[in-house]
Amino acid sequence: MNTLNYRTKIAAILCAVSSVSLFASAGEMANTGTAGASETKIEIKDFAFNPQTITVKSGDKITWINRDEEPHTVVNVEKQFKKSSALDTDQQFTVTAGAPGTYSYYCSVHPKMTGTIIVKG
Amino acid sequence: MKDHNYIKHNHDTDGIDRRGFLKCMAWAGTGVLWTVSGGVLASKTLAEISNAGSSLKATDLSFLQISDSHIGFNKAANKDVTETFKIALDRINAMPTPPSFLIHTGDITQLSKPEEFDTFDQILKSCRTKDVFYVPGEHDVLNDGGKMYRERYLKNVQGKGSGWYSFSKNGVHFIGLVNVLDLQAGGLGQIGDEQLVWLEDDVKGLGADTPIVVFAHIPLWTVYPQWGWGTSDSERALGYLKRFGSVTVLNGHIHQVLQKIEGNVTFHTAMSTAFPQPAPGTAQSPGPMTVPAEKLRSLLGLTSVQYKQGNTALAVVDSNLS
Repeated sequence: MNTLNYRTKIAAILCAVSSVSLFASAGEMANTGTAGASETKIEIKDFAFNPQTITVKSGDKITWINRDEEPHTVVNVEKQFKKSSALDTDQQFTVTAGAPGTYSYYCSVHPKMTGTIIVKG
Repeated sequence: MKDHNYIKHNHDTDGIDRRGFLKCMAWAGTGVLWTVSGGVLASKTLAEISNAGSSLKATDLSFLQISDSHIGFNKAANKDVTETFKIALDRINAMPTPPSFLIHTGDITQLSKPEEFDTFDQILKSCRTKDVFYVPGEHDVLNDGGKMYRERYLKNVQGKGSGWYSFSKNGVHFIGLVNVLDLQAGGLGQIGDEQLVWLEDDVKGLGADTPIVVFAHIPLWTVYPQWGWGTSDSERALGYLKRFGSVTVLNGHIHQVLQKIEGNVTFHTAMSTAFPQPAPGTAQSPGPMTVPAEKLRSLLGLTSVQYKQGNTALAVVDSNLS
């Protein structure tokens, strides 16, 4: 795709700007121990969350990054973690996995886009 | 497999079902007028329209729809959306008979930023036609549920709830609906119960011969649900409008002209002034479509609507910016 080169060029700038502010406002499912925590990335591309379903451990970080030229959001259906602001191209949003359970989320701008987080203890 | 079931062509030799119930959906060519009278679909060229426009009587009405300006968008599909928006306004200013007012069917901005709204407002000042009626797109209400949008654009109308309203001009009843808020996971655009109750009440006292124009951002007919191009409770809204002899539904959101006529209802979507989007199901996603630079302006445009008293339907004409 001819847009990829363009994205690559601006990616560094946008990431640098966005990650600071978004981490500051990142939602949390809950605060639990972080020993052995890892980070799982979810790419938002072609109006879909990829992977659509992830399984993580309590305390792990989950980061979404928007690779579309369209703004997207990450909103938990049951409102158990704070929603993201609108993510522009290459912006990120991070939450820390809290209590074990299954969390459904969607993009409130394009609600056809849905995803699931399974948190194990 | 791509799903192309959304297109239902009528294969009669003239493409017209003359037996009253007309159900067809086709790509409407730019610069072509569609009128429906007694169930017969006819088309005229843009040149004929501009002649017709000059003979409008005082009781007649012409207005213009602009949509999807996306001020703030700066990606490959159009790096200068303010310029193409300006060109659209230049076209309006050059019309021999200026429209009575404009309707903006949403997505003024790309990211709901104050500076994007400011830029839009600043450019709009160059438009000779000063009256503008707005409905929001999802891009205008991204972070605050539409608060900033309502403060800016609903000052001159009696907006109810999240910003819906109606008004009458020259005997035509206009209804601006909001279908981009409180969207549900997995769903489409949504009008919502409170607004639907208001709509039913709003049209209750109107005679069935009152021409109705409904405008909203997301199409009020199911264009392509796989891409979210539809409104989940639009059937109920249209149910309240069934008894009217002429209903024109104007939408944006999909950045291309599509038209469907069903009974007395004409559904029409407008081009964007910013960037085109792919035809339903023809791409991986409905994201901005990058076309060769020389082709871009032929896929951007605006929509002119004329009402002549005594005619059953309003004339809807699209013209591009090339």
